[in-house]
Amino acid sequence: MKSSTAIAIAFSILVGLPTASVAGSEDVVVEDAWSRASIGINRPGAAYMTLRNTGTDPVTLVGLETPLAIMPDIHETKTGADGVSSMAPAGEIIVPPGESISLEPGGLHAMLMRLQTKMIEGATFPLTLNFADGGAITVDVPILGIAARGPES
Amino acid sequence: MNRRSLLTYSAAASGVLALTLFIGWWRVDGPGAPEPVAQRPLPLALMEFQMTDQDGAIVGPSTLLGNASMVFFGFTYCPDVCPTTLSDISGWLDDLGDDVADMNVVFITVDPERDTVDAMAEYVSYFHPTIQGWSGTLEETARAAVGFRASYDKVANEDEDYTMNHTASVFLFDAEGQFASTIDYHEPREFAVPKIRRVLTRTEEETS
Repeated sequence: MKSSTAIAIAFSILVGLPTASVAGSEDVVVEDAWSRASIGINRPGAAYMTLRNTGTDPVTLVGLETPLAIMPDIHETKTGADGVSSMAPAGEIIVPPGESISLEPGGLHAMLMRLQTKMIEGATFPLTLNFADGGAITVDVPILGIAARGPES
Repeated sequence: MNRRSLLTYSAAASGVLALTLFIGWWRVDGPGAPEPVAQRPLPLALMEFQMTDQDGAIVGPSTLLGNASMVFFGFTYCPDVCPTTLSDISGWLDDLGDDVADMNVVFITVDPERDTVDAMAEYVSYFHPTIQGWSGTLEETARAAVGFRASYDKVANEDEDYTMNHTASVFLFDAEGQFASTIDYHEPREFAVPKIRRVLTRTEEETS
């Protein structure tokens, strides 16, 4: 085992993420993940987090997977000058090297469509972020109260 | 083209440009601009619609007269903006404490097909206890939106389901039902809370 691989694995274990042995996406650090509890399973849920690219190449988030929802996807809410809010799929998200992209209320969010189970306050669920380089990162997203406004600090 | 005609042309061109700019100003910012008041919500007393609140009571704009009111539109299948707005408002109400005891805070659904009275009752129960949830028929919802000059639109999404685009602003009215101001989505608390205080103060002056 090369020492760099050992360091990468050690780092992954340290931050609690599985190993991504491909270029680019292993430099992404996911911080402050959170979501809101749901009422039943009929309504879509939303999850938020910050993706920080600590590497030197841009990385592209292409999709999401979670056992919690059949159709997870990155959506973006936009509020126009007329005060009307609308929401649409955001497509691929590029995180430039050295920069962060925030998924936060009123902007980008992980939209969790067709929930399989109810999102219960206090629980967590795994959310896998798939990147264009074939790498993936799975984070445990804490479920906060329905009226939560941000990650627990 | 000689020098003289070039001068004439450029003078004429500048004249046309100046005139165009003037007409543009006149129509957009100047005296010819459309009256912005037309875009403001009507006074509550002039609105006409009937809905059912979370407790099953029949309510309408006249129910709100007598106390200051905060009204906003949304829907409970909205995963992002609506819970955020409701939590923001809950935070503002917490900040205002006892001052909001008599204030009406109303969440009107733009999606009554899914947001039944029971659905609204459960949804609002997770937020500040002052917040009411009103649901009406499609027709009454449309009448309410006209009164508030709010807009909404049903949009299909990739889930073979639908979402709603809607006005996300929060409307403030005084006790007499006169429109006071709007709190825009994402407006920081430093601006929102004083705006609510102002409408509460105005209400006290009117009633004292």
